[in-house]
Amino acid sequence: MPVSSIRESEVLERRSALDRPAVVFKNVSLSFDDKTVLRDVSFTLLPGHTKIILGASGSGKSTILKLILGLLKPDGGEIWVHGSRVDGMSEVELMKVRGHLGMVFQEGALFDSLTVAENVGYKLYEETDMALDDVRRRVEEVLGFVRLSEHIDKMPSALSGGQRRRVAIARAMAFKPPTLLYDEATTGLDPITATTIDEEIVKLRDVENVSSIVVTHQLRDAFFVATHEAVRDGGAIEITPADPQKCDEAEFIMLKDGVITFEGNAAELRSSTDPYIQTFLS
Amino acid sequence: MLTHWLKAALYEVQEYMRLQGQTVRGIFSRPFYFHDVVEQFDEIGLGSLTVVLLTGFFTGAVLALQTGITLDQFGARPFVGRLISASMIKELGPVLTGLMLAGRIGSGIAAELGSMVVTDQINALRALGTDPVRKLVVPRVLAGFFMAPVLTVISDTVGILGGWLIAVYQLRVASSLYWTSITEALYLQDAWMGILKPFFLGYVIVTIGCHVGLRTSGGTQGVGRSTTAAVVAASVAVIAVDFFVTRLLITLLY
Repeated sequence: MPVSSIRESEVLERRSALDRPAVVFKNVSLSFDDKTVLRDVSFTLLPGHTKIILGASGSGKSTILKLILGLLKPDGGEIWVHGSRVDGMSEVELMKVRGHLGMVFQEGALFDSLTVAENVGYKLYEETDMALDDVRRRVEEVLGFVRLSEHIDKMPSALSGGQRRRVAIARAMAFKPPTLLYDEATTGLDPITATTIDEEIVKLRDVENVSSIVVTHQLRDAFFVATHEAVRDGGAIEITPADPQKCDEAEFIMLKDGVITFEGNAAELRSSTDPYIQTFLS
Repeated sequence: MLTHWLKAALYEVQEYMRLQGQTVRGIFSRPFYFHDVVEQFDEIGLGSLTVVLLTGFFTGAVLALQTGITLDQFGARPFVGRLISASMIKELGPVLTGLMLAGRIGSGIAAELGSMVVTDQINALRALGTDPVRKLVVPRVLAGFFMAPVLTVISDTVGILGGWLIAVYQLRVASSLYWTSITEALYLQDAWMGILKPFFLGYVIVTIGCHVGLRTSGGTQGVGRSTTAAVVAASVAVIAVDFFVTRLLITLLY
């Protein structure tokens, strides 16, 4: 098959993958030894939408992200990522699916031995045949997006906690994945820094049309992401309160002991009479 | 209790064997991270040079001192070179270099990979589409496998030089006599024995370091535990593997 046809088929395959739901969980269960981590968890993330997964520590929130990435395998159920079923895939097959997913880990998980530029461009440097100049340009572009251009040649240890998280976001978005997963991206940060991270999440979703799963137990950040949108005003991007339709595209999932106890939008969550949710919100 | 321990031990062995399988596959298939391999050759090879030079030199020197006294009882002091070369090349060079590498490389690898595990960097690598075994383990194993013999030869050389210094200036053995006794006592089989053993030792030290590091859990405390475990396991493995490989090589070479 000629190279151009291969590229064309790859592009078509990628395009059709992006038309499908970004992530689908069907009755997913997982246990470690005798402890049930997730039980019959089902949800669907549509392209360009946001799922905000709330829950206490140990409720299984981060596990969901690891299952999506194939870092863990479920005991039962089905997990689909952009039209590919990933729960039974081998590590080699998963590498292709992971090209659709960017992950922001708790504490950033930046590579200590690499500079900010090398961290952000890691996948492009190591796993693609993109020209080095092009990689550098893309790195500068995404660091500009998260407003960290001046730190491009620093080591991660020279950055503050908030800057490290933003570099982690830049690394996750550098290869333009259609879906981003945020694992406690604002935990441990002061409210002002946390808001800058929230704004990056909103910007990526609305400007780059990225589907997002935000795992957090910080209600303030969860509601910020759900109730704001990014709009282009000339060259600048502004964060404004979202209209009701946009608010509906951000759905909350409340996890309790590995079971979904609530699924709905921000207004429905606020008005829920469930005692656990009430305690969580108070 | 015993069943539990046995199960855990068997699981460790299974995981260790699995890592070795993945490593061998990683060596002979793509993607191959060439610049990481070069970096590890530098880190493991050049980085260990000082400690190997010092250990080799003083071992050779102290061997000359000790054997000088013993040989005097038989009036055989001029044969000190023969004893030093045989001991250094066949046994002390490989084993001491192995032990030094276990302390320096085994602990370093376990600590580095262990830290990467507990800070989610290994998961981040996988999420970014990189196989951690290919990226982290393969370069280290190749560097350990090929640099251990080089370091051993260097250790043997400086050990013999250290022995020469003591033999000439302390034991008053003629320099020419020292070198003659070394060449006379050396057989090709001894050289093979001395050069082949470090390949096994280097491989074992690095694979143990990688295995223990990648199986780290329990935060920074876990990293400390892994580092200790890697040094202990690699040091014991050096002695044990040395015995079995020596036994095998004696059968094959002599």
